[in-house]
Order: sequence, then structure tokens, then C-alpha cells
Amino acid sequence: MTRVAHPTDRGGPGEPTARPESPVLSAEGLQRRYGGRLVLDVDRIDVRRSEVLAVLGPNGAGKSTLFRLLLLLERPDAGRIHFEGRAVSPGDRAAMRRMAGVFQRPLLFAGSVESNVALGLRARGVPRRERARRVAEALAWVGLERLAHVPVGTLSGGEAQRVALARALVVEPDVLLLDEPTANLDVTVRRRFREDLERLVRQRAGAVVLITHDPAEAFAIADRVAVIQEGRIVQVGTPTDVVMDPATPFVAAFTGAELLLDARVTGYADELLTVQLPGGVQLHAVAAPGHGFRPGAPVHVAYRPEDIVLSTGEAETSARNRLSLRVASLVPAGSLIRVRLEGGVELAALVTRESAERLGLAPGRPVIAHLKATALRAYPAPER
Amino acid sequence: MDVFVDALREAAVLFLRLDPYVLDIVLLSLRVSGTAVLVALLLGIPVGVAVGLGRFPGRRLAVALIHTGFALPPVVVGLFVYMLLSREGPAGGLELLFTPTAMILAQALLAAPYVAGITLAAVQAVPEDARLQARALGLSPLGALLVHLREARLGIVAAVVAGFGAVISEVGAVMLVGGNIYGETRVMTTAIVLETRRGNFAVAMALGLILLSIAFAVNLFLTRVQQGRRPSGLARALERR
Repeated sequence: MTRVAHPTDRGGPGEPTARPESPVLSAEGLQRRYGGRLVLDVDRIDVRRSEVLAVLGPNGAGKSTLFRLLLLLERPDAGRIHFEGRAVSPGDRAAMRRMAGVFQRPLLFAGSVESNVALGLRARGVPRRERARRVAEALAWVGLERLAHVPVGTLSGGEAQRVALARALVVEPDVLLLDEPTANLDVTVRRRFREDLERLVRQRAGAVVLITHDPAEAFAIADRVAVIQEGRIVQVGTPTDVVMDPATPFVAAFTGAELLLDARVTGYADELLTVQLPGGVQLHAVAAPGHGFRPGAPVHVAYRPEDIVLSTGEAETSARNRLSLRVASLVPAGSLIRVRLEGGVELAALVTRESAERLGLAPGRPVIAHLKATALRAYPAPER
Repeated sequence: MDVFVDALREAAVLFLRLDPYVLDIVLLSLRVSGTAVLVALLLGIPVGVAVGLGRFPGRRLAVALIHTGFALPPVVVGLFVYMLLSREGPAGGLELLFTPTAMILAQALLAAPYVAGITLAAVQAVPEDARLQARALGLSPLGALLVHLREARLGIVAAVVAGFGAVISEVGAVMLVGGNIYGETRVMTTAIVLETRRGNFAVAMALGLILLSIAFAVNLFLTRVQQGRRPSGLARALERR
């Protein structure tokens, strides 16, 4: 079988042309409409053997639709799905038995924890004795062996989600699909669940598709991330690729970058762009990978707040961009402080509490923002 | 007021002595209505599931028709079955008019809309994702449907309660198609009508009390079945939403 290279796959001429591994699950030209509206339009998605692929996108981007289509639960309006290289249609029993899905809500069925976990094995005709052994084993994986006989109605949210995970892992699926598995958990439970999830999916499942709206979750667990926006996959790459080289301003913003919208290119020299913001401020920036600009081209500029260095007086930095601004507001963000800056241009910077204190940051205080040209990336913007 | 006191006293005696006349009537009532509910379940549950979960043109109309069935006057159903089974009717050759079978048929037709309507609501109350989740664990379409029905079981028990309540207490249909023949087709409600007309208030009252006690006992039992278990995880997830 030949493998179709994905445009974002990094494969230089030095690599062997045909990789031995073919995707275990793949889809092409997948489209789904609800009430005439196109909610999903995926050119191609490959799930490789023994990888964790995160599908990352905001709510309403079509993630759950993709989840149901890949699980063969729903008929697409167009497109093909291949499992192990074989074209499969919705309801294909052989393929469905080798996959398992965990829905966002745990959806446990009336009965005991044990009976829930046994469900998939029962459906596969696993004999009673082996079933009991594997159920006990799966419950041990998620740390719930003591709760085997408990009715599911008495479980906490975190326990219920663990049972739902065990119920899917127990069938040892070749592809495990998880739809927002941590979205319904509170913060304290979520961290532990996520750690267990990462460990377990790598040990117990072949390939994993993790659907999530949380970039931190995607980047923590996944080998590759597919970013989905308005039903389309706009970028596929390693977490590092996606964070360092976001393909679109949307991907940049969704993974934590800030955007300066509707700027215009005024000059180009030595790989560096000069762009003018709507307020008149000029900045040095670089073109986002794969893009080139003529003077006058409209662009959006993305930067990450943690790349801004603040000082109160002159400071020795090599940054090309040096802006005299005022502190507008300080908002705690976890262990860091998010500093809103104003004065000709509005920027957001992330600083540690310590440096905020050292610099005496307070609303109204003048500061100098230093920002390397390479930390500013210009993306094409629609002409207006 | 004496008429009530006397009637109650005599009724209690009849009740406690297990009067054979009364006993015959009660047993026939239970046989007819019980069988009718069973038939209604066989008819109503598949219809309720199909209309509740299926997607086909005219589904809304089917729902409206089922709900209209809640308001079916028993005498109208009786009239329909009477015409069906009468000598000139399409099924006249079976000679079923004025038999318990005719009464069962009429009561099953009366109870079926309740069973279908409540089953429909019950299966719709279970999130569709439940079936999809079952499928996503490798269950067959039928297996997933059974999981879904199990989640809807409280509502389906309610359908049994409503169906039984509708038929044990109706008089119009059984009177028409049964004919109130003692020993053959006389049930509690038709007997109450007859004994009241005859002025035998005590017998009528005794039958009325027994009717209520049976309804109470049946509902007590079904409520235990329905409410006895803890709510499922699914029910709790829905509550939390």
C-alpha cells in the first residue's frame, strides 16, 4: 500500500520514501452537514499505529462530529474511511469491534461498575472466566478494583470517568477515541486523571485519538496535534511544530499567542518585514513559514506574551522592537502575571510575580517593551 | 348516612368471607385486564420504541395519534370491537362476541396507546449518546437498543401502571363486548353497575373496595420495582446537567 504524504509531514529527501507503517485509521474528503450547514470538511486525517493524536479545536469546531464519524457511528455526507487499509462504512462490525470510544459524559449504564466494564467483552463473546479476570485487571489499571461491585449511581464524577475509561481499555482496542475525557472533571481530579490517562493509553491501547479543546492537554499527551477550526483541519504537526510554527493566526491565538490585527507591510529587507499597525506604530517582524509578502500587503501579526521582555529604564537586549508603553492593568494568571500594556499599541506580556515586583509594575507606570523581530510572525490577512 | 355505614359493614363481611360470587368476578377481572395489559405491552412497546427512536416521515403524526389514544372513550373502543366481532362484522365468523377474549381485545386496544405513549417518552428521555456509547464499545445495534431500553425501564414500568389502571377501572368497553353475563363475562366494574341498579349497594361497595385495593396493591408492587433500585449513573449524569 502506498502512503499519501500529508503536506505537513516533515520528510526530507534523506528519509526512506516509503515508510513501513501505514495508518491504522484514516479518512479522506470527510464531510458532514447538519441542516444544510457544513460542520465538518476534513481533507485528510491519518491515525498512525501507536501514536496519540490530539484533535484540538474550540467548541463547535466539529470535533465531536469527527469523533462519531471515525467511530463509524454516523454516516458522513461525503468521504471515505479506511481501517487497516480497508474501506469501511458506518456500522462495520469488524472494524467497530477493534475500536473503542469514550464519550464526554461518562454514560455509565444501570448496574455495577463491574457489569459496565464487562459490557464490551460480553459483546465480543469473551467467556465468563476470562471476562472476570480482564475486568478485574482493567479496574486495577484505573485504581478502582475496590469499587467493582458498587452500583454506578454512587460514583463521583472522577470515578465515573475512570470506569468509562476502563470500560473502553478492557477490550484492548487498536484505536481508542476519547472525546474531551477531562472536560467534566474539576481541576484537582483532572490533573491526576490526565496523568493516568497518558500512562494508560500508551500501555493499553494501540493508537489514541484524543479530542480536546484544551491546548495544554493536547500538548501534554499527544505525539501529534491536528488543529481543527470551523470543521477544517488547519494544521497537523508535533506539539512543538504547532506552538513554534502555527500555520494560521487562529492556531497561533488558540495555542496562546496574541494577535495584532490588520497591520500592513511597509518594507522588506534581510528576511525582516516592517509592518505598520493601525495606530501608526511600526514593528519588525518575520513572515510566518510558507508566506511571502509584498509591501502594502495586509497582515495579522502574532506574538506570544511570554516573549515580551519588560524594563523600566534602558536595558541591554538585542530585541529589534522597543516600545515605550504604559501599564494598563495587571491580572494574575496562575503563578504568572499578565500585564496589559497601552500607548499607541496594545500588547499583553506575561511576567513572573517576582519581576513584576522588582519592576514596580502598577497601572499607569511607564515601561519599555522589548520584542524580538523573530517573535513576531506575520500572516496574510484579507484585503480590506 | 346509614346507607353508607350499612353498605360498608356488609361489604367488609363479603370481602372477608371471600364470597364466591364476588371472588368469581374478581378473578375474571384480573384475568381479563391482566391479559389485556400483556397484549398491550407486546403491541405498545415496539410501537413506542419505533416511534420514539425511529426517524421516518409522519413520525410527528404518529406521536399525535398515540397521544390521542389516551383520550379514547372506552365505549367507542367497545363499539369498534363489537362491530368487528358482530355477526355481520369482518371477524363475525370467530363467534367471539360476549366472550372474555372480546373483552381482552377491547381492553388491549384501550391500554396500548398508554403503553406506546409512555414508552415513547421513556426511550426519548434516555440520551441518544447512550446507544452510540454502547455501539462504540462494540455492541451490535440490537445489543445497543437493549442497553437503551434497560435505561428506560423506569418509564416502561410506568407504562404498565398506566395501562393497567386504564383497563381495570373501565366499564364501557367490557359492558358492550362482554355483555355482563354472570360466570362468563361479568367483571368488577360491570357488576358494580348491575348491583347498584338492583339496589345491592353492599355488593357494589364491596366490589368497589376490592377494585381499589387491587389497584393499590398492583401499583405498590410496580412502584417497588420502579423505585427500589438506586438511580443509574446515566440518570445521575442527567440530573447533574
